[in-house]
Amino acid sequence: MGRTLAEKVWDAHVVRRAEGEPDLLYIDLHLLHEVTSPQAFDGLRQAGRPVRRTDLTIATEDHNTPTLDIDKPIADPVSRVQLETLRRNAAEFGVRIHSLGDVEQGVVHVVGPQLGLTQPGMTVVCGDSHTSTHGAFGALAFGIGTSQVEHVLATQTLPMAPFKTMAVTVNGELPAGVTAKDLILAVIAKIGTGGGQGYVIEYRGEAVRNLSMEGRMTVCNMSIEAGARAGMIAPDQTTFAYLKGRDHAPEGADWDSAVEYWTSLRTDDDAVFDHEVVIEASELTPFVTWGTNPGQGAPLSASVPDPASYGDPSERSAAEKALEYMGLTAGQPLRDIKVDTVFIGSCTNGRMEDLRAVADILRGRKIADGVRMLVVPGSVRVSLEAVSEGLDKVFTEAGAEWRYAGCSMCLGMNPDQLAPGERSASTSNRNFEGRQGKGGRTHLVSPQVAAATAVLGHLAAPSDLTDVPVPAGV
Amino acid sequence: MEPFTTHTGTAIPLRRSNVDTDQIIPAHWLKKVTKTGFEDGLFEAWRKDPGFVFNEPARQGASVLVAGPDFGTGSSREHAVWALQNYGFKTVISSRFADIFRGNSLKGGLLTVVLPQETVDRLWALTEADPAVEITVDLVERQVRAGSGDAAVTADFEIDDYTRWRLLEGLDDIGLTLRHEADVTAFEQTRPAWLPRTQTV
Ligand code: SF4
Repeated sequence: MGRTLAEKVWDAHVVRRAEGEPDLLYIDLHLLHEVTSPQAFDGLRQAGRPVRRTDLTIATEDHNTPTLDIDKPIADPVSRVQLETLRRNAAEFGVRIHSLGDVEQGVVHVVGPQLGLTQPGMTVVCGDSHTSTHGAFGALAFGIGTSQVEHVLATQTLPMAPFKTMAVTVNGELPAGVTAKDLILAVIAKIGTGGGQGYVIEYRGEAVRNLSMEGRMTVCNMSIEAGARAGMIAPDQTTFAYLKGRDHAPEGADWDSAVEYWTSLRTDDDAVFDHEVVIEASELTPFVTWGTNPGQGAPLSASVPDPASYGDPSERSAAEKALEYMGLTAGQPLRDIKVDTVFIGSCTNGRMEDLRAVADILRGRKIADGVRMLVVPGSVRVSLEAVSEGLDKVFTEAGAEWRYAGCSMCLGMNPDQLAPGERSASTSNRNFEGRQGKGGRTHLVSPQVAAATAVLGHLAAPSDLTDVPVPAGV
Repeated sequence: MEPFTTHTGTAIPLRRSNVDTDQIIPAHWLKKVTKTGFEDGLFEAWRKDPGFVFNEPARQGASVLVAGPDFGTGSSREHAVWALQNYGFKTVISSRFADIFRGNSLKGGLLTVVLPQETVDRLWALTEADPAVEITVDLVERQVRAGSGDAAVTADFEIDDYTRWRLLEGLDDIGLTLRHEADVTAFEQTRPAWLPRTQTV
């Protein structure tokens, strides 16, 4: 019987297989950031162990970094200690690091791919659940805990329990105005936040094939929001074209050998998935969340659901609690929800394609009175590219704030936070209670919906903008 | 890691589904660089509500958390496991755990026990009727026991042999892997030369 893509990558990395034990898997790339690594380095130090493969390890600073005044000392002493701890650990153990102010700094899941370090068929781990992002290249990439970070640092391997395979096939073409973000939000709403538990999801079908690498990263990024171990998309010409010429991509004869191998990385026709989900792209529309987990979402054209309509008692009570926290009433049209803040950024939607999409909508327009809009590029490279295209000007002329790179308001570990009761439309990936600041209320949306929402002051799609934007330069 | 054989203690019933790790330990606590001192951050937001079950005097000293389905979703932060352990929990029972959380907990010696929701409901009923009821989680027999008479609960749970053995012995995973270092070195010889490296060493 044939094998799935995930099984092929797994099998190629088994260092040791023994009856009754988990497989020991080799790890090709280990990404580190400041939040989940200090206790791991401490463990190494206590045991007198070195980092086994510093040449397969790289660190960046992202969660705590400020997005304003980056040349000044970091105001929060605890954040500062955490960043300094990473720098000290990287120096002591010989790990490559990109610190605040470095041109390669940025959100860890934006940095790996743009350096060409993430390649098809690799195993990639990071002490961060959104490591699933890297699956967009056909890599098997998963988030791990700090003990596992220590394990990989010490041994470059991980004992891993077997996974199940799920195919999510999206047939047909996405309608105009419907994005990768809408697709994945719809998938999560369909299978639920626990629906992917124990599975590696492979996204397939015409709509997925037609996505750019950036869109594919958005989809794989949020696999974890469906509870999945990882998300993957088979590599193809789009993948190879993205990688070609990047800093760490193979060159010359190596490139040819690599492409030959990468081309073999696809699910065999006779392979069987443990579970299959099929979605018709033509039925998808812009999608937004109304609740406090990413599965609580609905088409923008819908209304806030009535908790009483849920048959399952635990879902009903979750919906009741969510509406209370979000300050919403059942039956209220989603388009009527007013926001105070719009956040563009994160490892879900903080790349060039996202910033361009937002700029295309904001060009010649102003954001609504009373709305605060933060545009935070996913990395310094993204930031520089955006500036070279003049996008920063488009944002600031529309009334948005253009910031330095980092995680920022995706989780509010730095000063970029919602105040209690404030409501945001956010291109990030989690709408948990308090995620963007204590008492803050989050609606997850695509970059396009975020931009239209900023202009109109309430949740909206670009098609709701009936004005004619002022052409640039007039 | 301390060995886990069997544990008996009073419980806290947490009747909520989809409890994510941002609720278990909010992000601002993640700035600490130690594995201790997270107990005050555990469910920090919910504990501000005097009516929250963690604030009931009779629940103090509890060491068994009986949680709703899909416990531990969201972020991979192992701090969630440390916070539960720092607070005094030895074991968490739920009908479903998020994968990364479950992996982290079993690595760190916090025994996560999966039981059918109907059994969780009965444990909730027991401890809600009498907070002094003790729940025993027996890893040797792979069994949970609580209460007496008609309401008594005895339920077997599943856990794979390897994880059970590691927990019973209190073995450190890294030490176990390093026993097979020769296999790792042999594997490294077979990796294609074109695979990326972050630096030359
Ligand atoms: S951008 Fe958000 S989701 Fe991504 S790594 Fe940073 S905090 Fe995590």
